Amino acid sequence: MNFDRHLIRKDSLEKLFDILKQNNKVIYAPVSKNTKVSFKEAGSFSEITTGYVQTAQSSKEVAFPRTEKLLDYTKNREGISVKGTDIKDFPDIVLWGVRPCDATGIGEMSAIFNWDYKDEIYNSRLSHVTVLGFSCSASDEYCFCTSVGGNPGNTEGSDILFTQLGKEGDYLAEILTEKGSAVVTLASGLFEKDGEIKKEIFLAEVPVMFNKEEIRKKLEKFFESGQWVEQSLKCLGCGACAYVCPTCACFDIQDEAHGKSGSRVRCWDSCGFSLFTLHTSGHNPRDVQSQRWRQRIMHKFSYMPDRLSVYGCTGCGRCSRACPADMNILEHLISIQEATV
Amino acid sequence: MADFEPKIVAFVCNWCTYAGADLTGTSRIKYASNVRIIRFPCTGRIDYMLLLKAFDEGADGIMISGCHPNDCHYTSGNFHARRRWIMFRSLCDFMGIDTRRIIFSWVSAAEGARWAEIVNSSVASIRELGPYDNYKNIAKKPVMETENHG
Amino acid sequence: MDDLKKRAKELLETSAVKVVIGYEQGTAGKTRALFAEKPEDADRLIFDSRCVQNLAVYVTKREAKDKGKMAITATLPVMRSIIQLASEFQVNDNNLLVLGITPGSELMEFGNLAEVETFVHQYQIEIDASYKEKLDKLDKMTPSERWNFWIDELTPCFKCYACRAACPMCYCIRCTVDFNQPQWIPVPSHELGNLEWHIMRAIHLTGRCIDCDACFNACPLGIPINLLTKRMIEDARANFGGYQPALQGEHLMSTYKPDDKENFIQ
Repeated sequence: MNFDRHLIRKDSLEKLFDILKQNNKVIYAPVSKNTKVSFKEAGSFSEITTGYVQTAQSSKEVAFPRTEKLLDYTKNREGISVKGTDIKDFPDIVLWGVRPCDATGIGEMSAIFNWDYKDEIYNSRLSHVTVLGFSCSASDEYCFCTSVGGNPGNTEGSDILFTQLGKEGDYLAEILTEKGSAVVTLASGLFEKDGEIKKEIFLAEVPVMFNKEEIRKKLEKFFESGQWVEQSLKCLGCGACAYVCPTCACFDIQDEAHGKSGSRVRCWDSCGFSLFTLHTSGHNPRDVQSQRWRQRIMHKFSYMPDRLSVYGCTGCGRCSRACPADMNILEHLISIQEATV
Repeated sequence: MADFEPKIVAFVCNWCTYAGADLTGTSRIKYASNVRIIRFPCTGRIDYMLLLKAFDEGADGIMISGCHPNDCHYTSGNFHARRRWIMFRSLCDFMGIDTRRIIFSWVSAAEGARWAEIVNSSVASIRELGPYDNYKNIAKKPVMETENHG
Repeated sequence: MDDLKKRAKELLETSAVKVVIGYEQGTAGKTRALFAEKPEDADRLIFDSRCVQNLAVYVTKREAKDKGKMAITATLPVMRSIIQLASEFQVNDNNLLVLGITPGSELMEFGNLAEVETFVHQYQIEIDASYKEKLDKLDKMTPSERWNFWIDELTPCFKCYACRAACPMCYCIRCTVDFNQPQWIPVPSHELGNLEWHIMRAIHLTGRCIDCDACFNACPLGIPINLLTKRMIEDARANFGGYQPALQGEHLMSTYKPDDKENFIQ
């Protein structure tokens, strides 16, 4: 299907925001708090922050919330009544301001939620999301999207991709899907002819630092390497990397009971926690941090491509930025590529 | 709210306050029935998380009571407890938890009448403060779903 | 810092220690922990004003301890943590050598932990003036305003436990949040789960926190949770005259005075 390219004036973005709000869309956009930028429900265009390289957290919450009720239950004389989450109830969400690396992350995370079991709740939430991506005009030493098959102007995963044409410039809007077209229809007056713009010159430079296929091949023989221990010595075993990652999907299920009724809640979990794989028997197959670190890398660069045909990393660099111990995944991947087995 | 009756959980030590409450009963002293008593061997056994759990489960107020200093059945349990309460109460106040709803006392086994007084005055003051909505709102609504974002 | 590198090299060459834990150049102008095991690794050791991560968090880790005797470059906060850990029987003279770095950035090697303690006791734990101001501002609010402030500040928290992981005092193999019979603190990062986690963290650090800000620095979302621990330090001063990590003697919360003062117990 031939999709359109349009020009949208810088000042029209606010008008677009307002039109979407008037049409009952919930808009998640980058909002600053305590010097960190995260995706939050934005009530007005003025709340949106710009001028940053990357948000602290990904936008995965729109489909995979940090805490999510799966069902409510009540015990009474007749038995137990269960009320599941109504998947028809989810709001229409516009995700405003995601980077191409976040947009590709959606596809990678969806592979996990649709692997052997199709997660209805996740899929339903995602079906209500329209992704308005914004290309990157800046990058930093943590970014490595180009090493994992992405780039700062990648259209994959977005419904519309906006590219700003210079610092104070107007935007190229690439309309990529039906959902994107629907947005244009809502605000057709704001989208003009595009005039053959070459977006590449306005994109950030992200040098390729490694080859993901080489890493995957290397990992097949790397399980027993001593490098895992060396690399993970400074890891503190928190969950920061998993939680900020756009593709990490591990979750815990908690029952929160109050007497005769309660809820079953899904919440985020991290393979980095020391008790992540603790069995009820007391045995823990990954009871040392190096095993957990190895699992993290292999899951993203070996197990996922093997089983799900997608890699589990978009090169957004958030894990490295968030890590309190500076584990820098890019460094470690490069050293894996360079290692002799 | 004319009909509001506060639910109060009392964490008491077995040797003094529990016995004192018992004496209140055997003395046939009538007093407010809003208090649910939980018996501990000593106030030194009371963990902070238990106190928070009471609010989690819908208590409008909590009472914590034990032996007078120097009278602890285990010699020093209440001294440890007192030190903990000083820090805990301060932290709760700092976080905006309503410390008027957390009532501490020393009530001995002989103070049956006094236990009744303390309960009555606590119930009256908490009844005036009303239901503990702040805590109830976050405890009964455990899941935020997509509204819970940074 | 050349004396440091030299000394670290010596210690590794003679196998006096099996690993030197220090700082090295990290990403984007930051510094990070270095585990120097071979003498040539010591060339990467640095020290400057960026080195604020509390390295004492590593001395209770199996991975470091299993290597053998450790040496650690320790600024004053790190030294305090080490003494506190020693008083809780987590490190001792047999498994740890302290390469102190004075407030004037000079290398000062200690023969044993008692010497470290003597040094540490020259300095009081003092909350920075800018934080005292923040605490004052909160004190002037009504409890209701404070509640709203904290619920709002804690909303972004997603329970990654980076604060716990970065704190040298949080070395429990199984944290109180990891127990589910019963589940004391709700796991999910909703308002209740966040509030209760941060209350319990502050409470479990009462009398043990030495004000290094590792928790705040570790938080990926910039939440000012160190306000809670600093408040506990100020309260300890106001109520009990403060505390110092000490190899002998009782801890603030494991002891009492028969005449501890309070004004709220009926």
